[in-house]
Amino acid sequence: MQEELFISGRNIPNIDPSLQIWHWPISVYLFLGGLAAGILFFSSVITVMGKDREFEGTVKYATLVPPIALSLGLLALVYDLTHPLYTWQLYMTIRLESPMSWGAWVLLVVTPLSFLWVLSYYSDYVKNPSKRIGFVTRLEERVRPYRRQMAYALIPLSVILGVYTGILLSAFNARPLWNNAILGPLFLTSGLSTGAATIILLSKSTAERHLFTRIDLALIVLELGLIIHMIMGMYAGSQVQLEAMHLLVGGEFTLMFFGFVIILGLLVPALIEVMEVFGKKVPAIIPALLVLLGGLIFRFVMVEAGQITRYLY
Amino acid sequence: MVIDTLKCVGCSDCVVACQTENNVPVGYCRDWITEIVDGSYPNVELELKSERCNHCDNAPCVRCCPTGASHTIEGGIVLVTPDECIGCGACIESCPYDARFQHPDGYVDKCTFCHHRLEKGQSPACVSVCPTNCMYFGDLDDPNSEVSELLKNRKYKTLAPEAGTDPHVFYLI
Amino acid sequence: MGTTTGLGLVPLGFENSGPVKTPLLNRTPTYCEVCFWKCAAWAYTDEAGQVIKLIGNDKDPHCFGRLCPRGTGGVGMYSDNDRLKTPLIRTNENGEQTFREATWEEALDLIAKKFKEIGEAHGPESIALLKHGAPGQHLEHLFKAMGSDTIAEPAYAQCRGPRETGFAATFGSWVGSPEPTDIRDTKCLVLIGSHIGENMHNTQVQEMSDAIDNGATIITVDPRFSTAASKSKFWLPIKPSTDIALLLSWMHVLIYEDLYDKKYIEKYATGFQQLKEHVRTFTPEWAYTITTIKPADIRRTAREMANASPSVIVHPGRHVTWYGDDTQRSRAIAILNALLGSWGRRGGFYFKESIKVPKYPHPEYPHPKWGWHELGKEYPMAQMGITTEVIKASIPNPDNPYPVKAWMVAGTNITKSIPNKKLLEEAIESIDFMVVMDTMPMDVTGYADVVLPEATYLERADGIRSATNREPSIAVRLPAAKPRFDSRPGWWVAKQIGERLGLSGYFDYEDYEEVIQWQLEKMGSSLNELERTGVKMFPRKSGSMYLDEEGNHEFDTASGKIELYSQELKNLGFDPMPVFTKHPEPPAGYYRLNYGRAPMHTFSRTANNPNLNDLKDENKLWVNPKVARILDLRSGQEVWLKNQDGIISDFAIKVRVTERIRWDSVYMVHGFGHTNKKLTRAFGKGINDTQMISSVMVDPIMGGTGMRGNFVTILTEDPHKTIEL
Repeated sequence: MQEELFISGRNIPNIDPSLQIWHWPISVYLFLGGLAAGILFFSSVITVMGKDREFEGTVKYATLVPPIALSLGLLALVYDLTHPLYTWQLYMTIRLESPMSWGAWVLLVVTPLSFLWVLSYYSDYVKNPSKRIGFVTRLEERVRPYRRQMAYALIPLSVILGVYTGILLSAFNARPLWNNAILGPLFLTSGLSTGAATIILLSKSTAERHLFTRIDLALIVLELGLIIHMIMGMYAGSQVQLEAMHLLVGGEFTLMFFGFVIILGLLVPALIEVMEVFGKKVPAIIPALLVLLGGLIFRFVMVEAGQITRYLY
Repeated sequence: MVIDTLKCVGCSDCVVACQTENNVPVGYCRDWITEIVDGSYPNVELELKSERCNHCDNAPCVRCCPTGASHTIEGGIVLVTPDECIGCGACIESCPYDARFQHPDGYVDKCTFCHHRLEKGQSPACVSVCPTNCMYFGDLDDPNSEVSELLKNRKYKTLAPEAGTDPHVFYLI
Repeated sequence: MGTTTGLGLVPLGFENSGPVKTPLLNRTPTYCEVCFWKCAAWAYTDEAGQVIKLIGNDKDPHCFGRLCPRGTGGVGMYSDNDRLKTPLIRTNENGEQTFREATWEEALDLIAKKFKEIGEAHGPESIALLKHGAPGQHLEHLFKAMGSDTIAEPAYAQCRGPRETGFAATFGSWVGSPEPTDIRDTKCLVLIGSHIGENMHNTQVQEMSDAIDNGATIITVDPRFSTAASKSKFWLPIKPSTDIALLLSWMHVLIYEDLYDKKYIEKYATGFQQLKEHVRTFTPEWAYTITTIKPADIRRTAREMANASPSVIVHPGRHVTWYGDDTQRSRAIAILNALLGSWGRRGGFYFKESIKVPKYPHPEYPHPKWGWHELGKEYPMAQMGITTEVIKASIPNPDNPYPVKAWMVAGTNITKSIPNKKLLEEAIESIDFMVVMDTMPMDVTGYADVVLPEATYLERADGIRSATNREPSIAVRLPAAKPRFDSRPGWWVAKQIGERLGLSGYFDYEDYEEVIQWQLEKMGSSLNELERTGVKMFPRKSGSMYLDEEGNHEFDTASGKIELYSQELKNLGFDPMPVFTKHPEPPAGYYRLNYGRAPMHTFSRTANNPNLNDLKDENKLWVNPKVARILDLRSGQEVWLKNQDGIISDFAIKVRVTERIRWDSVYMVHGFGHTNKKLTRAFGKGINDTQMISSVMVDPIMGGTGMRGNFVTILTEDPHKTIEL
């Protein structure tokens, strides 16, 4: 029989018996960041392709979400910090090796840009000229001409926003569950998928909904593929990775992962969307909500389960 | 740092000495003792050793720090500047040895190899207090130093080498 | 800060640039009181006068600059806010017994009044002192001045007494404290149950480490896989209570295979022929049936020891009160050492020496009519007070010519050190008055009539330390910080009580530092010097540390030689040479209760110390996996214990399933299971092993109380719940 114990009474809060440094604020932020990235990506691409009039829901209404999501996400992040008074230190340096540093800077640029985007559509939201506030209209006039440039900038930025959270986690080689290169693309795909789902929810035109249903379907299939790829990779990995994988498959998180993330969050929406494609009428709201739910639970599972996996002890 | 597991008795003197030397609050520790028991009575083996931050050469904690608070100084010692630390916890997540922790004052804390003592030519508190003299500290770049000699003449191991961090605390076995 | 004369502080420019910046620290010389090793140390205090850290004195032969974890954690003794803060006097409030806070005046007056009363009614001899350590020293002086020699410490009859008698009967010399074992130069160290490394006898642990570096062999005889066993070349997992059989068979091998040190025995010993005849039938095969150690292993280890001779140590151990025949077992160890020629040889035992500290002048002590000697007269070779005899004499008994009527307890938590709680409580109920002086609200304070809060060793001055070692040395203890709350030093308490009893002649000083100063000057030094150095070494005067091979040496025995056959014991009606006696074994479903130490704690004294409690806040019950499987126990599960006399533990203990313990025994570290709620960190954690020790096997030779003959069964359901119904 083997025993492995601490005999000097080590019981550090949040570290022992297993890591609990990151709680729900981080999972929520990961979800909101991915969501915002998805929406901003689609609206920028559509604007650059000149199709913004066709797909108003995407560029006008769905884009109301990123500023709120990013602000809430940022608040959640700062709330999670234990030394928040020094948050400004993040912006005193750019550390290329630290995905968190990229994230900090990208957020610094994308959040105002998302606000400016919304600002550039102010007249469309408040259609009655007499209800508009003077200086806001003036600001809108200043920003609107640059919408195309903003779109060009937002495409790479939103991709970085969507992928860096995954790269952030995968760079932690101390947490075997996260330490694989697929996590970055997986988070991006998941983010895009949740973005597409939001667009479907907020869209006013059937054509738009159809397009994004197909896009979302493609993304879900891609996401499933990446998840299978990740699990297979862990099966073929080292002992600690095998144990990490066992948490998800046959362990504490099996129900959450397979039940909520895979089945409810991916397979069921995919099925419904296939039915949509073949003409069956299903309220688009259902798959969209399920995808959103799945995305959120996925982030929770990854953050919680990842902290349980470790190399030693 | 080189630690001789054949001599360590797990008394935890290093833990208390570090606490009193570095004002580590009770309930937290920068170093700790692990015991590994193998075999079955009466063919049993026991290994006791004192663990702490390994001041890795390829430190993931330094790499992932967004503000640069976590940094390596000359000599390979990894330190945290409390006033630059925002408490994001990335470094804690990235350490395969779980050597870092959140200090109640907010910043992240860990073993510093007592560099404030090294500056005065003293050895770290844990090394200087160990009643079995099983801990050695010195310059690994100097081939004639005690630590270099020990690594030349004895079998040794490091913790979780597969994590790829290139740790600099060696255990003689 | 700390003293009236401002002595004892040497400012140093020592910077501590951790997260909390503490610039200048002052240091004061002291020696540690957490255990009996008395390592000299420097106490560092900051500007606010708080003790920040303790570092060993480099020059001290007790620690060589390295304190053990208890010593380093001594700051916790100072900073612990659960400390006793004011004197307490027992009162009756609303029909309930409780304590009320009192002033020192009140408390001391009450004590003096009671002592006077009892002294006049029954003689000062009827007031007993149960003590340990430095506070005991001051009170012993008071008691002797009062005319009482009814003084005892658990450290004798509950700990090392048997080995002192055993070795004295063989070599004419106590083993003493610290033990004169030359471990750093030894080639073979044999440990009989001694768990160096889990006990933290500082220099012994340091020297064992040196021995390992030098490639010395360690042989450990222990039913448990101790830390020392893990570093041993040979671990003999002996069946508990059978050690004497093993020792006798080793003697057999050494003698009959001609491996013993012939020249040494011829020159220095007597009784060899009787010993040879005595061990003729104690072959390894005979021992195998008793100890379960294979004959080949017995022979191999005996040869290993002989090979290393004379640089071999069969360690006398320290806490040797196991089965009631402990003096004989210590005799066996002494004889074995003699056969190996290790006594007085390098790598074996050196001749220890200490320097005598001159006694501060005081009037002659009165002669008491009776004292510890009379109380212990049933045990002819007892050389110190037997605590259990003092306790027995406190219970009213018409046949008892030496009635004890009052106790003062200082520096010892007798509820954890004295076995047989029933006897102890009966005695406490019977006596008229009980004073307890302690730094912490230990369980024993709950029984007292008056509780006195003593200042910790970091806040007071005490007697000069002069213990035996390779070379004589002294160390001073000066106060490093002001006493916290309303605690006072032991010397002050003794003086105050003494003055109230009209004994001020015995306390002719205002501050104890005057005494230290006087003594140091008489020894050719000064307080100034010791403030700077903390420790002073003196040259040996009694000759070489080792035997002079050319010359003769007379041992302090009746015959002047090492007595392998003890006429002294024979005359008193005991076995002149050790024999093996079978001791009771655990009945079915019961396991022998073994207990021991942890290196980060000292008995029960440190359980509440914040720094040390952080390392270990409770003890665990070591259970063999086979037993765990039968009883369906898991590591971390809470269980209760019931012993062979039906005594049930107050609290639960968590199980540790481990391969390190035999299937017929369980093991736990001593010193937990505190019942006093004022100990916020230690209350209710773990089990008090002393509570489970109700069966005591008394050593007929010197009164030692053997405590390893208790058996427990494991209860997985809370036994106290049913009573609540």
